[in-house]
Amino acid sequence: MTDVVAGQLHRVSKVMVHPLTVRVTHWLNALAMFIMIMSGWRIYNSEPIFPFYFPVELTLGGSYDGSVDIHNEDGLAGALQWHFAGMWLLAINGIVYLAYGIFSGHFRRAFFPVGPAAVLRDTIAALRFRLPHRLGVYNAVQKTLYLGVLAAGMIMVLSGLAIWKPGQFQELTWLFGGFDVARVIHFLGMAAIVAFVVVHIALVIIVPKTLPAMITGRASAHEAHSED
Amino acid sequence: MRETPSTVMALRDTGQSKEILRASGIVGQIERRLFLKQGLSLGALTLLTGCDITDTSAVQSALNDISRWNDRIQALIFNPRRLMPTYPESQAVKDFRYNAYFGRRTPWTLQELYQLPQVSQVTRHVCVEGWSMIGKWTGVPFRTFLQRICADLTAKYVGFECADGYYSSIDMASALHPQTVLTFKISDEILAPRYGYPLKLRIPTKLGFKNPKWITAIFVTNRFPGGFWEDRGYSWFAGV
Repeated sequence: MTDVVAGQLHRVSKVMVHPLTVRVTHWLNALAMFIMIMSGWRIYNSEPIFPFYFPVELTLGGSYDGSVDIHNEDGLAGALQWHFAGMWLLAINGIVYLAYGIFSGHFRRAFFPVGPAAVLRDTIAALRFRLPHRLGVYNAVQKTLYLGVLAAGMIMVLSGLAIWKPGQFQELTWLFGGFDVARVIHFLGMAAIVAFVVVHIALVIIVPKTLPAMITGRASAHEAHSED
Repeated sequence: MRETPSTVMALRDTGQSKEILRASGIVGQIERRLFLKQGLSLGALTLLTGCDITDTSAVQSALNDISRWNDRIQALIFNPRRLMPTYPESQAVKDFRYNAYFGRRTPWTLQELYQLPQVSQVTRHVCVEGWSMIGKWTGVPFRTFLQRICADLTAKYVGFECADGYYSSIDMASALHPQTVLTFKISDEILAPRYGYPLKLRIPTKLGFKNPKWITAIFVTNRFPGGFWEDRGYSWFAGV
């Protein structure tokens, strides 16, 4: 690919930094998380486990006032419908992503190795705003965050199954310390993921070139490192 | 059209059944009814005619359409000012034919229900809202009760009607589950009115709203009966 900059002909090669499967599953997952978190907040509101409610404007599950007027209930039914529909998008998309990550070697190349020394070094660099960012290559902080949010997602799916079917999947519920503890874990997993999303979006705002790369998959060679 | 066998157990409607339930001292008289409406069975029709099942349902669907069309014609024919003929009182029969059921008319009293084999269970009631609570319930296994009243256990659904207007229904597999119990007691005490006197279904394999209280009628059917919350968007199966 050629590019003309200031009258001078440069050969700027664009390289693939995010494979198609990663990009498609990334955005589908973003949609699934939006559905699961917002509907989950409405579900939480029907029986809060902590002394606060989520603002109903931030929740998903149809018209709140309409539900109260027509059905004499607080919009829980709609939220549950969203949650258990979003569940399929999250699960199927997650399975595709995990299968791709494992069998293509994407996980091995992108997330490993990651050790405590590298995490410490990169964390300090990041806090000093001196951590270089190359598209497609994850530093130790990114690796830790991405692996952490993957683990949180897994805990969310498992704890969700544990509180959805505390009878049929009672062994799983037991592993989570019982129904009530599993509910708290399901909440804390959500909190961890929301914290990740906040940091993730903040970093995209700080380094905006990451956004088009996650859409087109390509970045110019001098600021990227090809994965494949 | 589906075959719709239904077995109905109902508290006899004495016109004061709600008051009886509220007073909670008087034993409501329970009467067993056996409805066996022999509807036109799709399976039987297929056997009789040898038709392909899709042909039959296409024919049936056309017949249904025509029947609905005929309803509209009848509505046009109906004259709201036209009075039906009336007769002298002497012509009125004394023992009017009761046509709602056939079979053995064996009334069930609550005392008789209490004498059926009883079991107790200590299980977790899980509410769709997210809370849960462990309680002890005692009563007759629902499977035993359904067998006693000779209900059609191959039907798809069991429906419930309640004194407060609530209604719900469950699948037959869940109805026959060993822990599904028609309960009379909670915490070893006869159900207090707020807990569903005289009858509450305890079904620990389902969410709380599938555990109807103040049951006045139980019916077995192949026609999907829905439910109060289920018709408002909540999961019908609602398994836990």
